[in-house]
Amino acid sequence: MKKIALFVLALASWAIHAAPLAPPDTIAERVKPCIACHGSDGRTVRNEYYPRLSGKPQGYLFNQMVNFRDGQRRHRAMALLMQNLSDAYLLEIAGHFAAQAPQYAASKNKTGETPAPALITQGDPSRKIPACAACHGKSLLGVAPNIPGLLGLPADYVSAQMGAWKVATRRAPQPDCMGDIAKQLSDVEVNAVANWLAAQPLVANSHPAAAVTDPLPVKCGSVPDIVSASSKP
Amino acid sequence: MKRLFLIVVAAIVLLSAVLLIAIVGNERESELPAPMTSAVANIDDQKARGAYLARAGNCAGCHTAQGGQPYAGGRELPTPFGTFVTPNITPDSYTGLGAWTAQDFWRAMHHGKGRNNKLLYPAFPYTEYTRVTRADSDAIFAYLQSIAPVAEAVAPDRLQFPYNVRALLYVWRALYFTPGVYEKVADQTAEWNRGAYLVQGLGHCNACHATRNALGAAGGAALGGGQVAGLSWYAPSLTSRAEAGNADVPIEEIVALLSTGRSSKYAAAGPMADVIGQSLQHLSAPDVRAMAVYLKSLPHSRAVESAAGELSAEATQRIAKGGKIYDKHCKDCHGANGEGAPGAYPPLAGNRSVTLHSKLNTIRSVLDGGFAPSTVGNPRPYGMPPFAHSLSSDEVALVVSYVRNSWGNRASLVTAVDVDRSGSD
Repeated sequence: MKKIALFVLALASWAIHAAPLAPPDTIAERVKPCIACHGSDGRTVRNEYYPRLSGKPQGYLFNQMVNFRDGQRRHRAMALLMQNLSDAYLLEIAGHFAAQAPQYAASKNKTGETPAPALITQGDPSRKIPACAACHGKSLLGVAPNIPGLLGLPADYVSAQMGAWKVATRRAPQPDCMGDIAKQLSDVEVNAVANWLAAQPLVANSHPAAAVTDPLPVKCGSVPDIVSASSKP
Repeated sequence: MKRLFLIVVAAIVLLSAVLLIAIVGNERESELPAPMTSAVANIDDQKARGAYLARAGNCAGCHTAQGGQPYAGGRELPTPFGTFVTPNITPDSYTGLGAWTAQDFWRAMHHGKGRNNKLLYPAFPYTEYTRVTRADSDAIFAYLQSIAPVAEAVAPDRLQFPYNVRALLYVWRALYFTPGVYEKVADQTAEWNRGAYLVQGLGHCNACHATRNALGAAGGAALGGGQVAGLSWYAPSLTSRAEAGNADVPIEEIVALLSTGRSSKYAAAGPMADVIGQSLQHLSAPDVRAMAVYLKSLPHSRAVESAAGELSAEATQRIAKGGKIYDKHCKDCHGANGEGAPGAYPPLAGNRSVTLHSKLNTIRSVLDGGFAPSTVGNPRPYGMPPFAHSLSSDEVALVVSYVRNSWGNRASLVTAVDVDRSGSD
């Protein structure tokens, strides 16, 4: 009796197997592993750590995926996921997220209403630290193709990146401008900047600036075009 | 106690005997005349062939650090004996193989000896590369000498005592190493012989797909499956119908998996995804087919009757709990009945890699997720998210137990301890 039941079950399951799923042949379907943590609409999910991908410039996202794959940035899960993916595919994935408009609500803490720390708007000329806004755009939404926006990111994520730059577990091509800057910042400064940034609202449909207009105050290896622009007399 | 004493004495006697044999009869190779360097018609052709063969041997896979210059070494290989740091094999005179000759290279590949008779550790798979012909060895060497030299000294190996005593390799070699170029089997086709040559030699499949004994030698049956040294992955048996044996798999499916990283039922994951991405996808269609033909022809163990005993009430309950997790996290891609989506998301029903007696691979797949490799044949692979951050060890155990015991699958249950012990490599 049991054998017959098993046989019927097997037959039934075979019949079901005969109609397998057919996932859409799209990039949106292919980035499902990404959005499990990074969220599909630019919001980070699960916990307050993972950065948004939506609306970040394509070149920046591409560089980060390559860096995870090749060990310039350390994150075990990201390194394993990127391990065997080609540059062409990573560029396509980066383009997919870059084309999205982030939908993100600022955290509700009161820091957002306080004036921006001087580092954000003016930097600290005495230590040759440029203002965040000098490179990341006046609205801090980044500049295409390689400079990321700083809004809509969890404070923990931003301060963790500063820490990673300080100990060189996050690196960029030389001159590694952010590494040089982060090494000069105190923990108090890092936290103030990270908390203030995380508290700012991110306007719907905001996008990074299309191109750098003014020369950057520092040379950055990850922004090669700008290096040449700024070295012009 | 007495038994232990006897074992220790026996071991000492045996070791001494082996040592004696090893040293007395040792290494006849040096007395043999060195094989003549094969005549080469065209040096460019030879280099091109060498580049191809270096891909087939996946030399760069080990001799390249993460994000580093190809062939400049520096990659760390964790093993139970300590960590090996792969050498620089670019033609730099001081830090690479710049001072080597084709004869030196041949002795490394064929005899497992570096320059000045330095015995090489079998982390360099000369136990397999010894099957490679002199002509192919020379071609690989010609290619390696033609690439740009990279002046980069690598860190020394970090081996534990006694494994750091290189002289003990005399013993190891006496026990486990027989040099010998692959010899064609007369009553097999040229295709079969080519496949055997690649699988046994440059492909060094047995380096992972075999059980390694306490001294790191591949023991048991060739290609019989084993845990990958230093990694939390199990390389399934290629000779068992219950594992990854190919006796009943159509040639086209074997070829598809080896060359593109996916077949209708499977997607390559873990170290095999690396091997396909770095090496196998670059092989010619006839060579991959030859490997498939050979693998399919291997003598296979009979299918093991699944131990379809009654599940305990507790087991049934845990499997049911796992089903709830499956519905929430897995069903969208792998289907309500584990039917999957061929070419994108592997079916789990009837999937042998899910029901392996080793639970490692399924646990690791759930924890780490992963993409199949980007290959010429599958440049934009689908993937699976990692769940290490979102599921607890027990939840992973439940859902893995569920997929191992649903839709006709039957395999042992997984516990949270299994998940915790699966390690992170």
